[in-house]
Amino acid sequence: MHTPKSYRFSFVLIMVALLLAWLLNISSGSVSIPFGATLSSLWGKPVEVASWQYIIYDYRIPKAFTAILVGGGLSLSGLMMQTLFRNPLAGPFVLGISSGASLGAALLLMGASLATGLTSIAFLSDISLAIAASIGSFLVLLVVMLVAQRIKDTMALLIIGLMFGSITSALVSVLAYFSSAESLQRFIFWSFGSVGDLSSEQVLLLGGIVALGTLLGILSIKALNAFLLGENYALSLGVSLKKSRLLIIIATGLLAGGVTAFAGPIAFVGLAVPHLTRQIFDTMEHRILIPAVFLYGAILMLLCDTLAQLPNTANVLPINAITSLVGAPVVIWLLVRKRKMMF
Amino acid sequence: MSQQNNSIVKIKELAVGYGSKTVAQNINFELEHGVLCGIVGVNGIGKSTLLRTLAGFQPKLSGIIEVKNKSLDKHSPSELAQNLSVVLTEQPASKNLTVQELIALGRQPYTNWIGTLTSADKEHIQKSLDAFLLQELRFNKCHELSDGQLQRVLIARAMAQDTPLILLDEPTTHLDLYHKVQILKLLQQLAHQNQKTILFTTHEIDLAIQLCNKILILDGDNNPFGDPCELIEQKHFERLFPSEMVQFDAKTGSFKVNK
Repeated sequence: MHTPKSYRFSFVLIMVALLLAWLLNISSGSVSIPFGATLSSLWGKPVEVASWQYIIYDYRIPKAFTAILVGGGLSLSGLMMQTLFRNPLAGPFVLGISSGASLGAALLLMGASLATGLTSIAFLSDISLAIAASIGSFLVLLVVMLVAQRIKDTMALLIIGLMFGSITSALVSVLAYFSSAESLQRFIFWSFGSVGDLSSEQVLLLGGIVALGTLLGILSIKALNAFLLGENYALSLGVSLKKSRLLIIIATGLLAGGVTAFAGPIAFVGLAVPHLTRQIFDTMEHRILIPAVFLYGAILMLLCDTLAQLPNTANVLPINAITSLVGAPVVIWLLVRKRKMMF
Repeated sequence: MSQQNNSIVKIKELAVGYGSKTVAQNINFELEHGVLCGIVGVNGIGKSTLLRTLAGFQPKLSGIIEVKNKSLDKHSPSELAQNLSVVLTEQPASKNLTVQELIALGRQPYTNWIGTLTSADKEHIQKSLDAFLLQELRFNKCHELSDGQLQRVLIARAMAQDTPLILLDEPTTHLDLYHKVQILKLLQQLAHQNQKTILFTTHEIDLAIQLCNKILILDGDNNPFGDPCELIEQKHFERLFPSEMVQFDAKTGSFKVNK
């Protein structure tokens, strides 16, 4: 016998956890800054070393907000994909969105040097990389959407998304084979993923994209809940299938494409977080799951980034490796424990 | 005129199928308030295709379908959702929903943009839980239920949708005799007490004869429709199956195996 729970307490708990993870993330990094100094700097008080102020405000705070947007955005897009495709293993990679972004980035980093014969690509800024990755993910999204108009079966769409992923990664391999070591290195670094190195303007832009995607997700709450019964039932409940599917696909595309463009392809967060969230919020109601999954994803990303920073050393591990190391065992654990993963 | 207003669903010269392939044609019937009607026929004769067409999942090939004196395709999706609910053979996509959550989804056509349940909605959900004996199970997940319990939940969801017409595709398959009878009795109760018009496909011809007000026999020819007793008198059930294997016994209203 289950009893219904009010999730207000869980939400308070998860908000506190987010705040703590945010503080932990800001207070750790390659330069050791005492926790007290970090707090007083956040409070607006002057700190002993002038460069600390600069590090906290110009590097660590934008990075922490990027981590929140990246973790929340990817997790939310994963949740919506799992519901839309009725598949507990769906995630931003499945629709080929992440691979589309990779193709865009690869074409810019490696294709440009091939086409112009230049080995130096110093003229390429980070913002053009983000734009190229966005264009790549949206082109793939556009094709998937066109196919979605013709094909009613979401499982077929899922497989088509996987095929697009294969095609784009094959193209990336071909590009990599012919490109110079230097541009290949830049691409590899992008594909490691990173939440740092974003200017405040870029963080704002990413924030705008994630906000728009989240808004579209909130507008789709009723349709998402109806899709839990299956598409025919949703239709019988008055849900306009085409319109809702399009809206949800655009929302996931904005979230996953935008995040991948700025932070690189980050694995497992979109897939694992919705399942982890349901360990605390044991419901399928999207009105509760959407904020909960966003917050949970943000916390996880802040913690992964804190780990990747290797406190007090100059080394930064690839965040993609950290999320995989955390995410993959979690998925295996869930599969073994519940035997059948459900969504 | 008053007779016309009572009509919930009216079918005339209907042909159903897929594209150029006609599965069943020459279907005619009309149902009023509070009628329990079974659709019987051999496998592949087009029972499910007919039901899917009536639900608006696939276009009709020709003929007339009127729901509440208005052509089916003239209804807007939200209008249709308030007039017609379905129970399908397919399982719900997510079995992680609780019984109450699943039934609450039946209220979607009436809720606001974000799906807030009003006290009227909650009352409807409570009534459905009570009618289908689900009070004890309300917080259980759907994957914890037996087939019979899950079928009751799905029908309760359709009841919560509060539509004058309910369509069910083989609601008694996979159930033992006791639960078959239980489901059909509950449907009969829903039709008579709540004045719902219920149309369902079934292979339980003997049970349908005992419990239904009307029966539609799909025989691939002129598809007779009427009271079970009339249909027995007109010897329509005798022609339902090739006669060398089973024979209809008009006295008991059931089929006997030829020994």
